[in-house]
Amino acid sequence: MSLQFNKEQMTELNRLVAHYPEGKQKSALLPVLHLAQDSFGGWLPTEAMDYVASLLSIEPIEVYEVATFYSMYHLKPMGKFIFEVCQTGPCMISGSENIIAYIQTQLGIQPGETTKDGLFSLKLVECLGACGYAPMMQVGKIYKEHLTKDKVDAIIAEYRLQAKA
Amino acid sequence: MGVKLLLEKASVPGIRSYDVYRREGGYAAVEKALKEMSIEAIVEEVKKSGLRGRGGAGFPAGMKWSFIAKPEGVPRHLVCNADESEPGTFKDRYLMEFLPHLLIEGLIISSFALGSNDTYIYIRGEYAWVATILEEAILEATKNGWLGKNILGTGFDCMIHVHRGAGAYICGEETALIESLEGKRGNPRIKPPFPAIQGLWMRPTVVNNVETLAAIVPIIKMGGEEYAKIGVGRSTGTKLISACGNINKPGVYEIDMTISVEDFIYSDEYCGGIANGKKLKACIPGGSSVPILPANLLLKTAKGETRYMNYESLSDGGFATGSMMGSGGFIVLDEDQCIVKNTLTLARFYRHESCGQCSPCREGTGWMEKILQKIESGKGEMSDIDLLWDIQRKIEGNTICPLGDAAAWPVAAAIRHFRDEFEWHINHKELAQTSNFGLQHYADPIHVPA
Ligand SMILES: Cc1cc2nc3c(=O)[nH]c(=O)nc-3n(C[C@H](O)[C@H](O)[C@H](O)COP(=O)(O)O)c2cc1C
Ligand code: SF4
Ligand code: FES
Repeated sequence: MSLQFNKEQMTELNRLVAHYPEGKQKSALLPVLHLAQDSFGGWLPTEAMDYVASLLSIEPIEVYEVATFYSMYHLKPMGKFIFEVCQTGPCMISGSENIIAYIQTQLGIQPGETTKDGLFSLKLVECLGACGYAPMMQVGKIYKEHLTKDKVDAIIAEYRLQAKA
Repeated sequence: MGVKLLLEKASVPGIRSYDVYRREGGYAAVEKALKEMSIEAIVEEVKKSGLRGRGGAGFPAGMKWSFIAKPEGVPRHLVCNADESEPGTFKDRYLMEFLPHLLIEGLIISSFALGSNDTYIYIRGEYAWVATILEEAILEATKNGWLGKNILGTGFDCMIHVHRGAGAYICGEETALIESLEGKRGNPRIKPPFPAIQGLWMRPTVVNNVETLAAIVPIIKMGGEEYAKIGVGRSTGTKLISACGNINKPGVYEIDMTISVEDFIYSDEYCGGIANGKKLKACIPGGSSVPILPANLLLKTAKGETRYMNYESLSDGGFATGSMMGSGGFIVLDEDQCIVKNTLTLARFYRHESCGQCSPCREGTGWMEKILQKIESGKGEMSDIDLLWDIQRKIEGNTICPLGDAAAWPVAAAIRHFRDEFEWHINHKELAQTSNFGLQHYADPIHVPA
């Protein structure tokens, strides 16, 4: 098996599993899948899911059924930066549609697509609990709120720069 | 200025850190509860306070606590519901982000009262940075002896664990949350057995909302009776409201539930009025699941009385002319908003979030979205409105968990109060693509303060 956690990631795995009683290590599945996704290039290939199953001593199917249920796990390769823009009611009435359209033009992609350079993916998501700070999107672990066209430009520039660094 | 019990210290610089929180009187409630009070006395104070669950259902917290089974030798668990995914709701995030130690303090007291040695905070996966803030706060509390073994020499051991979800609204439902915490898909369980008897790992479990558990701190400090004097009737204490949509000052506000809806929307202390000088059209006062109300029924009840921001007044008139306090997600729509489109985004949300176990919910949410999409895009027929009505009725009450109802209610209320707007969409297919029904709905001039 080529996919493996390094020493640091192993320490984190053990920290996560220690939150649950003995024999209940399956409870760590969601947090461990987050760790795997963060560690293995931002998505969960079958190999990564099988690896997680072996680490938690559960059947691979128990991992697959969970990985396919939750929206934060990606089952195919994604762009380096994923723009997850909220499209639910409160954001919609606060102007999310214009922002989504603007991002589409600026990146030249439709929702669900990734730019050719592999830098950006666009995904439309449902309410992220930032309705008062709409329109908004999540990029990685960060919320970008009160979006305007200017702000979107600045954000794209910021990540382009980050990718070069 | 209304009474502030939870957010009183929110603007103190550095209050997120243990040192500042402690200097401001933090953890005094833990000292009082663990050193001076018995478990029974704590539960009694919570009962006297009249505190109702802040997660949406409004179930009395003290009563819920008294249901927990205590079989010999079986561990019990407290689980804090921080899944917060109901559109319009972002109050728990605010509380955890700015006052993490207030929640930790409430969790320690509640864990003590329930006998939970391992307490879990189930936080929605997207709030990753909030989870980090909580973990840091837990570390600080542990270093200072508020968590860990033999807390304050009482012999009580307690640890708080943060568990990140991974994107699923349904995991806010308490039995789905428990399944998810066990590392499974978030499929709600059939009740009974209730979590208080068989919950997490089939052990007795209490699930409470973040705000409910934070409110335990002022209740212990001031006593249940004093807490109950704040507010009105069965709406005791204070409530966090997250206000959003077309208002001047979106944000999280703590109210004492005696203020009128009109004051809440128009006063500068709270929402500051409708943005851009527009008029109020409608409002979803308690998170996306509760019935939408047109402005006239929002500000005044059907009897013509002032409507207030509390459990009883918001639901005055039942579903025919009232709504619900719900989760406190207050969504305001101005005159430019289209009810059909707004309802469509909510229908899409529920279709996306249905776990798929029950056919009325799995299929019904999909149909409702499709029909609304059809009407919105100018292809609707008159019979579609009745079909929508029929579908929502067949979902309601016929499912394992209340998500089915939550999906049905917004559609039902939109048709109930805005049927003419749906009809206009169908009769003016082209016009509806470029313009808006606006406020034509109101036969009577609505009450709009100058
Ligand atoms: C579909 C659905 C989603 C829910 N989401 C949440 C949530 O995000 N947070 C929450 O506290 N309660 C949520 N609830 C309510 C919980 O099931 C439960 O009643 C609540 O956490 C109990 O806490 P409380 O009594 O302190 O309010 C949800 C219920 C349903 C049916
Ligand atoms: S009502 Fe919907 S979300 Fe709830 S259990 Fe049934 S299918 Fe799942
Ligand atoms: S609706 Fe967009 S964050 Fe809530």
